Amino acid sequence: MQQQGNRFFFNVDWITILLYMALCAIGFISIYATVYNPDNVGGFSFNANYGRQLIFIGTGLILGFSILLFDAKFFSVFAPVIYGITMLLLLLVLVVGRNVGGNQAWIAIGSFRLQPSEFAKFGTALLVARYISSFNVKLNTTKPILICAAIIILPMFLIMLQPDAGSTLVFLSFMFPLYREGLPGYLLTIFWGAVVLFILNLFLSPTVLILAIAIVGGLFIYNNRKRQQQIIRISIITILAIGYLFVAKFIFTNVLQKHQRDRIEVILGLKTDNKGTGYNVIQSKIAIGAGQVTGRGFLQGTQTKFGYVPAQSTDFIFSTVGEEWGFVGSFVVIGLYAFLLLRIVNLAERQRSAFSRVYGYCIACILFFHVFVNIGMAIGLMPVIGIPLPFISYGGSSLWSFTVLLFIFLKLDSNRMGFI
Amino acid sequence: MDQLFNRKYIIQGLFILIALILLGKLFYIQVVSDKYFLSANNNALRKLYIYPARGVIVDRKNRVLVQNQPVYDLMVTPNEVKPFDTLSLCAAVGIDMQTFRKSFKKAVTQSKFQPSIFVKFLSVETYATLQEKMVNYKGFFVQKRTIRTYPDSIAAQFLGYIKEATPAEIEKNEGYYSLGDYIGRSGVERTYEKFLRGEKGITHMLYDVHNVPKGPYADGKLDILAKSGQELYTTIDAKLQKLGEELLKNKVGSVVAIEPSTGEVLAFVSSPGYDPNIMVGRNTGNKLMELYEPQNNRPLFVRPLQGKYSPGSAFKPLSALIALSEGIVDPNTTFNCPGYYWAGNRQFKCEHVDGNISLRRGLARSCNTYFYQIFAKAITKNGMKKQRPTYDDWQKKVRKFGIGDTLGIDLPNERAYKLFTAEDYSKRPNKYWGYTSILSVGIGQGEISTTPLQMANIMAIIANRGYYIKPHVVKGIGKDKEIDSKYTVKHYVDIDAKHFEPVIDGMQDAVNTSWGTAIESRLPNTIMCGKTGTVQNNRGKNHSVFIGFAPRDNPKIAIAVIIENGGYGGAYAAPIASYMTEKYLTDSLTNRRIHGSTIQMYKDANLLPPPPKGTKPVKPKSKADSLKTDSLKTDSLKRNTNKPLKNSTLSTFNKQATEPKKNATAR
Repeated sequence: MQQQGNRFFFNVDWITILLYMALCAIGFISIYATVYNPDNVGGFSFNANYGRQLIFIGTGLILGFSILLFDAKFFSVFAPVIYGITMLLLLLVLVVGRNVGGNQAWIAIGSFRLQPSEFAKFGTALLVARYISSFNVKLNTTKPILICAAIIILPMFLIMLQPDAGSTLVFLSFMFPLYREGLPGYLLTIFWGAVVLFILNLFLSPTVLILAIAIVGGLFIYNNRKRQQQIIRISIITILAIGYLFVAKFIFTNVLQKHQRDRIEVILGLKTDNKGTGYNVIQSKIAIGAGQVTGRGFLQGTQTKFGYVPAQSTDFIFSTVGEEWGFVGSFVVIGLYAFLLLRIVNLAERQRSAFSRVYGYCIACILFFHVFVNIGMAIGLMPVIGIPLPFISYGGSSLWSFTVLLFIFLKLDSNRMGFI
Repeated sequence: MDQLFNRKYIIQGLFILIALILLGKLFYIQVVSDKYFLSANNNALRKLYIYPARGVIVDRKNRVLVQNQPVYDLMVTPNEVKPFDTLSLCAAVGIDMQTFRKSFKKAVTQSKFQPSIFVKFLSVETYATLQEKMVNYKGFFVQKRTIRTYPDSIAAQFLGYIKEATPAEIEKNEGYYSLGDYIGRSGVERTYEKFLRGEKGITHMLYDVHNVPKGPYADGKLDILAKSGQELYTTIDAKLQKLGEELLKNKVGSVVAIEPSTGEVLAFVSSPGYDPNIMVGRNTGNKLMELYEPQNNRPLFVRPLQGKYSPGSAFKPLSALIALSEGIVDPNTTFNCPGYYWAGNRQFKCEHVDGNISLRRGLARSCNTYFYQIFAKAITKNGMKKQRPTYDDWQKKVRKFGIGDTLGIDLPNERAYKLFTAEDYSKRPNKYWGYTSILSVGIGQGEISTTPLQMANIMAIIANRGYYIKPHVVKGIGKDKEIDSKYTVKHYVDIDAKHFEPVIDGMQDAVNTSWGTAIESRLPNTIMCGKTGTVQNNRGKNHSVFIGFAPRDNPKIAIAVIIENGGYGGAYAAPIASYMTEKYLTDSLTNRRIHGSTIQMYKDANLLPPPPKGTKPVKPKSKADSLKTDSLKTDSLKRNTNKPLKNSTLSTFNKQATEPKKNATAR
């Protein structure tokens, strides 16, 4: 028993746990500052947001440490089951879910609201890891790629029905683990190329863009003029790219909803909108900018405290950090995240089992996507798609799902010497 | 390790790259640019002004003329309202359900989170009863304000009024006022605005996105306390003022009384006036518009400062003083008055035939011939060819008495009317002029105009035997009782004191002898000196003028009374002046009859001009007007019912007043 206990605790990566707890603490402090009212300093209240967040953090830690008690094999063995359960929850939410702010994303259990899309992330991560780690799966062949794509696209599709664009886009982060495991680079290039073209399509007139693509294609053909096969391939790609422009235009104007179009246009600077969609971003930037170098100090932020920034304690929690702790605080938070992500990648790379490694990359990339998009939208780099800042944003579902996500990996890591 | 291991670095590199991009943008927002920091302060930080109580204005005996009265506004913050017994609230503040719904809707449209006014101007009594029940009405609260109130409803034009500052005024007063602030718009309220208003206090408050105050900024370190306005001690005698306004009711005219030794204005009556209380409260706008209607004879026109009147015979003492000081005449010089005066080939009429007449009797009888004579002598003393420079010297001496320029009283909008110089006369189309063409100036008619204040000031000069102190209306400001030093300087008119006694003798006789023209001003135990004037009025009945002072020795009051369309000076102006003087000197009124008329009859007399043609008929709903028309009727009725008193000469005077003389005459 003694030896068992020692192994159990000494093998856990305490650095990651410390980083996790530091981010949770920052989250609690920021939420407390957001709710804090100088006129009404009653005792500590568990009904206020900060009190509930403390409960979430506490239960999250219990949840996390109980995951450490599971057998490491459990997660790989039951990955399909867990995936299946989360998919069922995603279906269930479409039937019995509560509609909040246009999204049918929550299942109410007592006074708590559960957000299945948060849990779908680790279900998907487990199944992806399980599939890629199985024998004879090589990601440079078509079939495994399609299967992986299917595993990832199913939850995306279900979440899109809620409709919750932000959570849907999170699943794009699975692209990076797949890349690490051998997904051909050109597929990523095509994908991001398509995204870039989509954006350029909004900026530039079609004629200019078609000319530009034709010129680039022409240059490639000139470079490869000796190889006929390449010339044909490049020509096809060029023609497809030009055709894509029209499809993209069609999707933008006819498939996307107006508020989504507006958000994209505002973020690209095609529209100025100080009261509608742009209001959130402007107020968030004002709050963060007001922090200057060292911040206004704890509980001194006027913008965040007095409700100028919408969704203050959830999606725009970073503005509280920015206003009260300034650039120094922002630097610390981003530093902590960067450290955490790099740490997870390094831990993943030291795994002997492919399952653990893939899963590690999955959570690193999910966290990365959340952090990048969330902070990016708070400072006006990304469109406003409501996804939480991991460990810091207010909310039980997101905190628990990130905790479970992380602690499963810590469990797998603590067991890295064993076989799964 | 497989080749794919290198892809780790690509992914880690991506993480680091994105972190650097985020930090770069944050560095720009937080460190480089201060645009966002400034916007943040615009968002949340507000300066709130705390309005001090405006200074109280008291009369010379510390009786309150204007004070502040608390009024209570019922305020509502719509989003805090909980269901309650609406009927009981309506009953408590005296509105019906319809008004209630309308007001509530208005409040909701204004702001759900910010308090707005629900019912204005609750009385103290309503407030008291409401206060007990306020706990039942969540979201409602009562806010106290102060408004100006005028306990005696007197001296409206003197005190002036306060109104919300206009954009032009806000700009002019660099930064003190903001939109919605009150500013003294006329009268004393305007002149002494800086002292009365006090100083606004400032608190810095933080506001949330719904505009709900969230507490002081920086613990109130930057806040400034409000300073109350200072008390203003005016020179007005409230009782005298009140009597003056009663006497001039239903008449157009002015009374100005000055304490000669100090230049303090004792009474400042401008009629028709208005109740100053209408300038505050709910229906100010409508009532103010009513004042502008033509049949109301311009109540906002401040006649003592702005009224343009020829002094008429009231100018004669001044003319005599100049003649005496120039040695043109001595007190015993006599002229023959056959009832007219020939100037060249023109005949100027005199009211009466007095034969050989000297200065004393000439003043007492207001003999035109005498004053034509001395004016002609004054202008021609250096020979006919030097008439023009001589006239110029003469008018300069007249100017010393304060005619032709403002006196510099501490009230706004004082007017000055032109006194012709020799040059001015030469500029006229008819270039050839001499004493014959300007002879009427010698008896205060023609190209000479004064304000009632200037006339009173002339009396103060004569009462002082040769000097005046600029008339002013404020004795002291605040606790220190400071007063502008320019209101203590004696202005001499450069006429030796010895020349005043003969003139004063004549003025004494005008009041106190059987042959005087101002016997209506005679007082029981006081020697009053005075001079009547009947000012020719081209537009209607002559104006009744009286100027005087009392007592003869050590004078306490100098007074000028102008009653438009009042006829002879003795008809209305002189008796009104006597009542005013008596009231001021003895604080009582003897029950005497002047030509058989009591003071009440003077008060009741109606001399308002008929309403101009083409004006709208008086609206029955406007109370003030209906009152006026009522009193018109009752007044005429009263005269009829007073028929037993018909032997009184008042009615005769009235008759005379209604039949204006065609010729330019002065009595």
